[in-house]
Amino acid sequence: MSDMAQARPLADAVKPGAPRQPWTISAKLVDTAVQVAVILALAAAWEFGARYGAINPFLLPPLSVVLERLWSDLISGVVPVDLGLTLYRALTGFLIGAALGITIGILMARSALVRWFFDPLISIGFPMPKIAFLPIFILWFDIYDTSKIIMVAFSCFYPIVSATYAGTSGLDKWPIWSARSFGARERDLLWEVYLPMAMPQILTGLQVALPVGMITTIVTEMLMGGRGIGGTMITAGRFADSVGVFAGILEIIILGFVVVKGLEMIRRRLLVWHPESQR
Amino acid sequence: MADAVIARHETGGAGGGVHAVVNTVVRFSPLLLLCALWEFLGLSGLVSQQMLPGLGEIAQAFFRMLFEGNLLYNTMRSISRAAAGLGSAVIVGILTGLLMASFRPVRLLVNPIVQIFYPMPKSALIPVVMIWLGLGDSSKILLIFLGCLLPVIVGTYNGARGVNPFLLWSAASLGASRSAVLREVVLPAAMPDILSGCRSALAFSFILMVSSEFVIATDGVGYMISSLGDGGLYPAMFAAIFFVAAIGFAADRAYAALVRRVLRWREA
Repeated sequence: MSDMAQARPLADAVKPGAPRQPWTISAKLVDTAVQVAVILALAAAWEFGARYGAINPFLLPPLSVVLERLWSDLISGVVPVDLGLTLYRALTGFLIGAALGITIGILMARSALVRWFFDPLISIGFPMPKIAFLPIFILWFDIYDTSKIIMVAFSCFYPIVSATYAGTSGLDKWPIWSARSFGARERDLLWEVYLPMAMPQILTGLQVALPVGMITTIVTEMLMGGRGIGGTMITAGRFADSVGVFAGILEIIILGFVVVKGLEMIRRRLLVWHPESQR
Repeated sequence: MADAVIARHETGGAGGGVHAVVNTVVRFSPLLLLCALWEFLGLSGLVSQQMLPGLGEIAQAFFRMLFEGNLLYNTMRSISRAAAGLGSAVIVGILTGLLMASFRPVRLLVNPIVQIFYPMPKSALIPVVMIWLGLGDSSKILLIFLGCLLPVIVGTYNGARGVNPFLLWSAASLGASRSAVLREVVLPAAMPDILSGCRSALAFSFILMVSSEFVIATDGVGYMISSLGDGGLYPAMFAAIFFVAAIGFAADRAYAALVRRVLRWREA
């Protein structure tokens, strides 16, 4: 196992005798610098390629034009409203899915009745493309926030519940026995033993579910129209407003990056005690 | 994760024939319960027939679409697009991932791009491919390709980087060339990670296939579902939705079976 953890990239591993200790930090710095340079070079290629006609400016408007649009929309309040709505729908749905998924996952691991009921529903529902059910939710709950949030919660639920169940059902029995022998009640066991031990897998489930929830939010917004990044982008696309489309893409890249990295940070905080953070 | 749930039952139900049948019935009885609840809600009038058409009606609509309508044609159109996008993403993704793990310049070049685009919800690209390639097949194939590419690259890269260095050193000391090491050692050792990357790509391909057809399309099963819904033909819409969901389920199960075959050489 420790072999795997210390595995080095193939390029370095094939040539033994490559980097030594004092060089590692500066090698890392070089890596970072090169990667930042790559991004800057891409941005420059985008800007000048579109500006001087190498790229059709309708298909890819110059970066500066897109940023200008982003800035003016930011000032006029369009962007904050769109971002806020999208984030609200995505996170509300995600949190509902997480609350239900974690609760049911733990109950499944601990009660045969709950397991009997949910097991077939989850093993059949997990691999299905949940987004296909969107028209049903539109039919049931209309086209406003309710149906969007329920759709997001529905698609986030499956990865979370199956990860939680997998995490809580295969627990090592020794910590549980020792906690019991120290007089822990079932409620203490849940908070002090089951949840912490299953936490890495639950968090992995959440990390799978969050991007799925974002994808679903965007699609529901595109399909139902109205405000929100997805709705604004698809309107821009229908009116052949390519600057608007790419402004939306930039917004969404930033939003996705912030949300996903935020969850990674939460994982590191919650798992400070866990061996995975120590390496 | 869901595999574990299913596998437990497959191995656990190894009793006699009758026993196995009883087990299966007991196992899937919650689904029957749900169906009964569905029928009850519809028949009792608690929920209108529009919202919750009877299961018999849905089945009838399904067979009518299957034999007389164009359900099969639209499904084939959708699946061929998903297969084209997913297939090219798998090939390009595995090659890119292996190159990234083997050559530092490639890694430094590709890694920032992957880092930026990985957290982006790929459905946001729907209007972009619409502007680039219009409403036809190519825009959806490009969307599915882009959406499936990153999970494959990341899976391959992580798998290839995690290869036990002792394996690489032994192969090299036995005189294997660089490309032979890649082919004979790195690729098989990374296979479990590659295959799990491809599995998320498979799931994404279905999501993107259906959602792109909801938003921009002139045919395909997603388009069919949304036009049935717009036309108020709800039993047929429910039937088409369940059909797509069943195909997605079947594809995932078939893929899981394939993975078990490919990885037979690993000790279970």
